[in-house]
Amino acid sequence: MSANDVKDPNRRDFLYIATGAMGAVGTAAVAWPFIDQMNPSAETRAAGLPVEIDVSSIEAGQSVTIMWRSKPYFIRRLTTKELSEVSKVSLNDLKDPQAADERIGGSEVKDLVIVASNCTHLGCIPKEIENGAEGWKCPCHGSVFDMTGRILRGPAATNLPVPPYVFATANKLIVGTTNPEDA
Amino acid sequence: MAHEQHGIYEPKNGFMQWIDVRLPLPRLVYDSFVAYPVPKNLNGWYTFGGILSIMLVVQIITGIVLAMHFAASTQLAFNSVETIMRDVNYGWLIRRIHANGASMFFVAVYIHMFRGMYYGSYKAPREILWILGVIIFLLMMAAAFMGYVLPWGQMSFWGATVITGFFSAIPLIGTGIQELLLGGYAVGNPTLNRFFSLHYLLPFMIAGVVVLHVWALHVTGQSNPTGVEVKNFRKETVPFTPYATLKDALAMVLFFIVFAWFVFYLPDYMGHPDNYIPADPLVTPAHIVPEWYFLPFYAILRAITFNIEIPFTGIVLIDSKLGGVIAMFGSIIVLFFLPWLDTSKVRSARYRPLFRQFFWIFAGVCVALGYLGSRPAEGIYTLLSQIFTAYYFGHFLIILPLLGWKEKPSAIPASIADAVLADKKA
Repeated sequence: MSANDVKDPNRRDFLYIATGAMGAVGTAAVAWPFIDQMNPSAETRAAGLPVEIDVSSIEAGQSVTIMWRSKPYFIRRLTTKELSEVSKVSLNDLKDPQAADERIGGSEVKDLVIVASNCTHLGCIPKEIENGAEGWKCPCHGSVFDMTGRILRGPAATNLPVPPYVFATANKLIVGTTNPEDA
Repeated sequence: MAHEQHGIYEPKNGFMQWIDVRLPLPRLVYDSFVAYPVPKNLNGWYTFGGILSIMLVVQIITGIVLAMHFAASTQLAFNSVETIMRDVNYGWLIRRIHANGASMFFVAVYIHMFRGMYYGSYKAPREILWILGVIIFLLMMAAAFMGYVLPWGQMSFWGATVITGFFSAIPLIGTGIQELLLGGYAVGNPTLNRFFSLHYLLPFMIAGVVVLHVWALHVTGQSNPTGVEVKNFRKETVPFTPYATLKDALAMVLFFIVFAWFVFYLPDYMGHPDNYIPADPLVTPAHIVPEWYFLPFYAILRAITFNIEIPFTGIVLIDSKLGGVIAMFGSIIVLFFLPWLDTSKVRSARYRPLFRQFFWIFAGVCVALGYLGSRPAEGIYTLLSQIFTAYYFGHFLIILPLLGWKEKPSAIPASIADAVLADKKA
């Protein structure tokens, strides 16, 4: 009669389980470096520090594109006409309802839209729609966003995200942090 | 499962005998590719398996050579490809064979797959054979996608952005997975490097699965246009060599004529002009479309423009983005279940009058989806994509299971020999 025939847990069972568990932990410990090496490297993460922009030269109706974490962001100063139009949009008509003024920033006058330029569908860069106050349209899969980056229609499900930002002075915008000391 | 076969391997001399008792590789080759019996009624559509094997070899050889001149760096990649095209001796030829070879590979694989569907080649006992084929198809798609990123043109960059974006649709962990795949917050140098590494690896993984695919084929024996199993080995089969080898060789020559026509006369016909513009993370091309062989799946992806909600509550179960990604992957995953979704006992469409019609409608729907994938995502195109996407899934999930017991098959020949003789008389 061998040890395996005993019904009660005995030393042999304990050894099997302990060896197996040790093996599993060891395999996971070896596998992790091989998986984690694919994540953004220290160099890539360091390049993700906040960026600083002087917004005084952006006219109403004009937009500029900045890069943060190797992705583009739109900064657009809305015209008074655009401001009144985006505030008129009913929240019930939106896929991802959010009030327009929650998405508009500024140090003195609230007229700056600061949003990620990559479509929330699959990451293409929407183009500004010409001759219309509607906003941005994605060339890849046809999602349409309003002037504050809210999704109006198309396959995208969420609004263009608003990055963390702060005004260090009236015209000095810092994108990538909400702490003015980080500049 | 021991097979009857046409002839037994006999080592010709002392050296071959010496090998035969140590590593009988010549015997394996003889048994698998000389004496192996193939049904004598195989038609031309059955030559695409051989064409696919040779295409894999072509892609590996041209790819290894291209890798000697390519630099996987965002600063150098685009120019190194231009150097291959302009300066490397015969670089233009080798790159055009490789780039058009990818397209021809997909031409062959689609014909091979539709042939399998038409003649019911996936039915018992060939389910694993079929599933291995679907795995090869998935690996091919991954290899083709990553290869397309390497020249680092505009389509490369934005294609990589869109396709890795699929993973960001996964709830909660999606963005983390996307960053893991990209090695950064956006497509960049780490992405290009790892895609090059994996693009080099994948063809060898494909070769491995091809070995399993051929093994499974040789265990069950080849199917044939009647769908009736071989009953009389002497009357109904012929030895693989010379019959199948020569027929496959002829098909390869004809296929290579078309291939060469593209390489020499229309080298950029299946590519996009935008990919001759270096990658620019700030500008997306106005009309971004994948290579033609992905277009039907791209149409399915874009067809889901609506959130799926619990009725009357407005609670979103699956948003439009995740829905599109699920539909697109689902359109391939459903192929894994085809052997069980098709409930008919009759294999070949020859004896299934209704299935034959639905087969051609399905083929037409796939082509239509391909066309819609190349159109802008708006208006009537989106609506049509939605209708055809619904039909695509309906074919597998509703039509095939129902046809199995609704359809009345026509008379099936008692044997391959009977079918061949009946054809002769007619």
